[in-house]
Amino acid sequence: MARITAGVATSHIPALGVASDLGKTDEAYWAPAFAGYEWTRQWERAERPDVVILVYNDHATAFDMKIIPTFAIGCAEQFKPADEGWGPRAVPVVEGHPDLAWHIAQSLILDEFDMTIINEMDVDHGLTVPLTMMFGKTEQWPCKVIPLAVNVVTYPPPSGNRCWALGEAIARAVESFPEDLNVQIWGTGGMSHQLQGPRAGLINAAWDKDFLDGLSGETDRLRHIPHIEYLRETGSEGIEMVMWLVMRGALGIKTEELHRHYHVPASNTAVGHIVLRPVD
Amino acid sequence: MTGPRDIHEYLAQFEDIPGTRVFTAKRARQGYHLNQFAMSLMKPENRERWKADERAYLDEWPMSEEQKQAMLDRDYNRLLDLGGNIYFLAKVFSTDGKSFVQAVSTMSGMSLEDYMAMMIAGGRSPEGQRSIKDKR
Repeated sequence: MARITAGVATSHIPALGVASDLGKTDEAYWAPAFAGYEWTRQWERAERPDVVILVYNDHATAFDMKIIPTFAIGCAEQFKPADEGWGPRAVPVVEGHPDLAWHIAQSLILDEFDMTIINEMDVDHGLTVPLTMMFGKTEQWPCKVIPLAVNVVTYPPPSGNRCWALGEAIARAVESFPEDLNVQIWGTGGMSHQLQGPRAGLINAAWDKDFLDGLSGETDRLRHIPHIEYLRETGSEGIEMVMWLVMRGALGIKTEELHRHYHVPASNTAVGHIVLRPVD
Repeated sequence: MTGPRDIHEYLAQFEDIPGTRVFTAKRARQGYHLNQFAMSLMKPENRERWKADERAYLDEWPMSEEQKQAMLDRDYNRLLDLGGNIYFLAKVFSTDGKSFVQAVSTMSGMSLEDYMAMMIAGGRSPEGQRSIKDKR
């Protein structure tokens, strides 16, 4: 039986990918942002997940304004790193897990989550930067990846509560997959940041810390945060944190925190990262 | 269901956030061709044509004159007002060889140096930046 053994959340700031690709991670500006991922890289080498369900948002790359799916699941064999306007990142092609992805897609639809199924898609920094942060520079990613894209660009995005419930449904779907697989779920994006307008550069470390605190234990208080609170408190792009709640919802009633990291800034953004284990 | 029950109230709240344009359906409709133009710069051949003659390339798109002028001026706050979305506009400033920090700093009305110094010092405080109405 497949099982979700851990949840990971991380920012997916494009500049972190650039810093890694250009070999700048030891520079004074970048080193503190990367240092907090060293623990996780070691831990991932021991955990050896077979599959990561990677919740992220596309940034006008695979999806333009023509089609805006709220929740989309990637069911392809492979996903190529996208050309986001300056050529594709020199990182490995992402290998999918079509058997599990289609199983999850079907299960979710029967569970009343009306998913969009994607059979061909390039993946942008929202997906590849988390892989870089967790696995470093490598010839091949050490696991299969199922991309799960959430619309957080055009309003309204899904509510935090809906994201949490989607995570719960993903957990049920994974548990009903017959093959013995070690599955992790990652939620990405955030933390506080605003990339637009005169209020650009907003960071709210106190709010971010409280959000990190709310991910562990038995509480489900985070699922009820309304969109307007993310916007007011964490900047317009802080709304990405609803994607962390898909991850949290999939871990069940109770979690324990294994590791956390928080650093300001990486370009315009607060870097946040946490590793959680579901507790039976 | 814990979401807002009243869509008008939900949307009205967004107008109360200082210095912020939330990308609502209204803006998405207004900016449709503007954003699709920006999206076209994902292709290298389009980037070349854009760089060769910006005005001629813009004229291939059914955008308003205001939108075209704001694009030629790289006036990003104006582009946000006219329905642009930052992730689409990113294709334009990436084509210009500018990073997110460089482009975003221009919207804040600060020099790049001052903006970067603010970020290194912990970013812009949310104090006084949450609500126009409540001044908090």
